[in-house]
Amino acid sequence: MSVSDLSPLGAQGGSHVRAVHDEFHGDLLEVSMGPHHPSTHGVFRMIVTLDGETIVKLKPVFGYLHRNHEKLGENTSYLGSMPYTDRLDYLCSMTNNWAYAIAVEKLAGQPVPERAEYVRVILAEITRLLNHTCLAGFLMQDLGCSGTPLMYAFREREKILDLFESLSGSRMMCNYQRFGGCRVDPSADWLAGAKQLTDGYGQFLDEFEALLTGNEIIMARTQGTGRLAPELAIAAGVTGPMLRATGVNYDLRKVDGYGVYPRFDFRVPLGAHGDVYDRYMVRVLEMRESIKILQQALAGLPAGPIMDPKAKLRGFRPKAGEAYGRIEGPKGEIGFYLLSDGSPNPYRYRVRPPSFVNLTILEDMCLGQTIADAVIILGSVDIVLGEVDR
Amino acid sequence: METAEQIRDRLLARFSGAEIAVVTNPGAAAQHSLLIGHAHARAIAEFLRDDATLKLDQCSNVTGIDWPEKKITETTKATVPDPANPTAPPKVVETKTERVQPGYLEVVYHLYSIALRHGPVILRLRTANRTDQVTVPSLTPVWRACEFQEREAFDLYGIKFDGHPDLRRILMWDAFKDHPMRKDYVEPDDYEWEPTPHGAVHEKAKAHYPVPAAAPVAAAAATEGGVKP
Amino acid sequence: MLGSGLIQGLAVTAKNFVGSFHDPARLTTSEYPEVKTKLPEAYRNFPFLVAENATDPMGTLRCVACQICEKECPPQCIFIEKSKDKKPDAVGKMQLFPAVFDIDTSVCMSCQICVEVCPFDAIKMDQVFEIATTDRFSALLLDRNQLAKPNSYYHAIHPTEAAEVDGRLAAERKAAEEKAKAAAAAKAAAAAAPKPAPGAAPAATAPATPASVAPPPPAAPSAEAPKPPSPAA
Repeated sequence: MSVSDLSPLGAQGGSHVRAVHDEFHGDLLEVSMGPHHPSTHGVFRMIVTLDGETIVKLKPVFGYLHRNHEKLGENTSYLGSMPYTDRLDYLCSMTNNWAYAIAVEKLAGQPVPERAEYVRVILAEITRLLNHTCLAGFLMQDLGCSGTPLMYAFREREKILDLFESLSGSRMMCNYQRFGGCRVDPSADWLAGAKQLTDGYGQFLDEFEALLTGNEIIMARTQGTGRLAPELAIAAGVTGPMLRATGVNYDLRKVDGYGVYPRFDFRVPLGAHGDVYDRYMVRVLEMRESIKILQQALAGLPAGPIMDPKAKLRGFRPKAGEAYGRIEGPKGEIGFYLLSDGSPNPYRYRVRPPSFVNLTILEDMCLGQTIADAVIILGSVDIVLGEVDR
Repeated sequence: METAEQIRDRLLARFSGAEIAVVTNPGAAAQHSLLIGHAHARAIAEFLRDDATLKLDQCSNVTGIDWPEKKITETTKATVPDPANPTAPPKVVETKTERVQPGYLEVVYHLYSIALRHGPVILRLRTANRTDQVTVPSLTPVWRACEFQEREAFDLYGIKFDGHPDLRRILMWDAFKDHPMRKDYVEPDDYEWEPTPHGAVHEKAKAHYPVPAAAPVAAAAATEGGVKP
Repeated sequence: MLGSGLIQGLAVTAKNFVGSFHDPARLTTSEYPEVKTKLPEAYRNFPFLVAENATDPMGTLRCVACQICEKECPPQCIFIEKSKDKKPDAVGKMQLFPAVFDIDTSVCMSCQICVEVCPFDAIKMDQVFEIATTDRFSALLLDRNQLAKPNSYYHAIHPTEAAEVDGRLAAERKAAEEKAKAAAAAKAAAAAAPKPAPGAAPAATAPATPASVAPPPPAAPSAEAPKPPSPAA
C-alpha cells in the first residue's frame, strides 16, 4: 500500500497540491486539507478544488478513525457494547449511551422506571449544554479568535465534567446507562451540584453572548455563509440544530416524545437563513431551553428505583427481532438499529451517526465560498470523527 | 399512520406486478418492514416520498446486512407399513433432507416523514446472492441522505448500488480489497499487533507460575465475546 | 454604533483577565503536580483485586476464579487460570482461587463492567493514574501480585462503597452461620430422638427449612453456595 494508493489526487505521490488545467476556468488548484489539520475537528480530510480562493469542488474523505465499531458490536454482548458507544461521539457519551439503551429496550420490550427517565433527561440536557458550549468555542476558534472564547467555554465545561466524574466515575467515557435504567443513583449532593450548575449557567451564557453574538467581525463572516435550503436539508437527511437553523421545525424531543420529554415545557429555536450564524444562534438558544428543561426536571425528580428490578445485567438475550431506536442527540438524530437472533450478541449492530449524514451536503454549502469559509462551515456542521467513522 | 399491510396493498394497487411483501418483525418493537423487488424499487420510493398521506421525505438510516448461506436439515417423519409383515403396526421412518438456503445481502432503509411527523416505514432490498449478483437499485436519486450511507454499505458489504452518483469506498481506503463487515471476512495478518494475555503473552505468563500449565482457557473465550451461550 | 459589539467583547475579556488575579472562579488552573485536586470518590481508573488482609494478600483474595469478569470484559483484557486446589474463603467454605489473574492495562478501557458483574465483590476500581512506564508490553500487563490490594486500601479510596460491601458480606456471613447452626441443631435433635423406623430418620435429618433461619438479604447471593447468577435466558 503506497502513498499513491491512498491519495486520489493521483499517482504523483507525496504532493498535496496539484494544478489542474480546466479549459473553461484556467488553472484550478486542488488542495488536500487534512487529515492532519488543526481546523478539521479531527482526522478529516477535504479535497478542495480552488479557482483562486473560491471553491469549485469539495470532496470530503474520512475513515481515518474507523475502528470497526459495528463489527465489534457483533462480537460483543449487548452490555459489553455500552462502553464502546461512549467512544462514538466522545464528547457526548451520555446521549450515545441513552440512544443505545433505548434501542435495546425497544428490542427487548424492557420498561424503565420513572426516576431513571428523569435522570436520563437531566444528563442528556447537561450533555447538550456541554456539546453546544464546546461547539461555540470551536467555531470561534475556527473563525480565528485564537483560543480565548474556547478557553472560556472549556472552563465551563470543566464544571460539567466534574459532575460526570462524581456520578459515573469518568469525565467523558461514562458508561452510565443500562438497559432498564441507569447504573448509579445520583445522590442528593450530586443533584445539588447539578442545580448549582444549572442556575449559574444562564449567567455564563449572558457573558459568552456579550462576547460573541453582537461581535461585528463574527456577524460579517458568518452571516450569509454556508447557506442551506430547507428542502435540500430534508432530502439530505440533515438533522439536529443544522436542520432547525434552516427553519424546519423537527426536534425528536417533541416529535417522538421519548422518555419523559412531553412533561417539560420548552421551545424549539428555529433559524431563518440556514447560514453559519443561524446555526450558532440556534445552539445558543437551545442551551437556554436546556437550562429551562433542567430546572423543571431537577425540581420534579421523583423518588423510586433507578433501575428496573427485573432487568438482567448478565445473560441478556432479547428475542429474535429488530428495532431502530433514536434520540435527539446534541448533534442530531442518533439512532441504533439492532437485529437480534436470540443469541447474547446482536446479529447486526448499526449506528446511525448524525455527523456522518450531515456531511452529505458539505459540498453544496461550500461551493462558491472562499476556502476560509469552508473551515467555518465545517465547524458549524459540528462533526466528531468518532461518530463519522465509528 | 398506515400499517405495513395497508401500505403494501396501496403499493400493489398502484404498481401492479411489483414484488412487495411484508416482513414481520417478531420482537417486541413490532417494526414491520416491506420487502420490495428491484424492478419497481425506485418508483415505489418516489411514490412513498411524494404521496400525500405518507410524505416520507427523510431517509434516516441505511443499513447493510449479510446473510450467509445456511444449511438447513429438515426431518420428515412418515409412517410406512412394513411390506414384509402387513399385519404388524406401521413403522415410523425418518428422512433427513438437507438443503442449502442461499445467502444474500440485504439493505434496510428506515424512512420518516418530517412534514407529517410519523414513521418509520422500513424498506428492504435483497440481492440475489453474495457472490456475483450483488446489485440493488440505488435510492440516492430519491433521497440524497442515502448517498454516503449506500457508499458505506458498498464499502463494508460489497453491495453495488445501481444509479448511485459516486459509488466508491468511504471508510476504508480506495485500494482496500474485500468487505470487512461480511460474516466470512478474515482479517489480514499483516498489521502491527500488540501481544495480549490471550496470545503469545499468555505463554510467557504461564512461565511465571509454578502451577502446571493448563490449557489456555481464554483462547476459546477470546473468539466470541460476551456470555458463552 | 459600529464596533459596539467589539467593545462589549473586549470588556468581557478585560473582566476575565483582571478577575483571574483575584477571583478563583476566573482562574481555575491548578498547578499540577505541585497542587493535586481531590478526586471524587466515584473516580475509576484500572481495576484491582480485593484481599481481605494485607499480610497475606494471595491467601485472602476474594476472587474464586469464576471467570465471569473475563467473559464479560468487552476488550477481553482479563486472563484467569483457576487453581488446582481449593482453600477456605472468608466464610470457611472451600473455594478455588486464581492461580493466574492478569489484566492487560494497555487494553483495559476502565469501563468497570468487571466490577459490576462480579458476584463476590472481588474486583473493584482503583484510582491511581500516575502509573506511566517505559515498557509498552510486559510492564502494562499486571499480574495478581500487582493487582491485589487489601480491603483497608479499598476503604481508603472508596469509603462509602467499601462500607456498604462490608456490611452486606457481614450480613451474609451471619445468615450462613445461623443457617449452619440451625442445621446442626436439627441434626443433633434428630440424633437424640429415638429412631422409630429407618424410613422416618432421613426426613428428620433433612436440612432445616428456610422458615427457621433468618432470610438472607435480598440483594446478595446466598452465602452458603455463592453461585454466579445463571446465564440462561
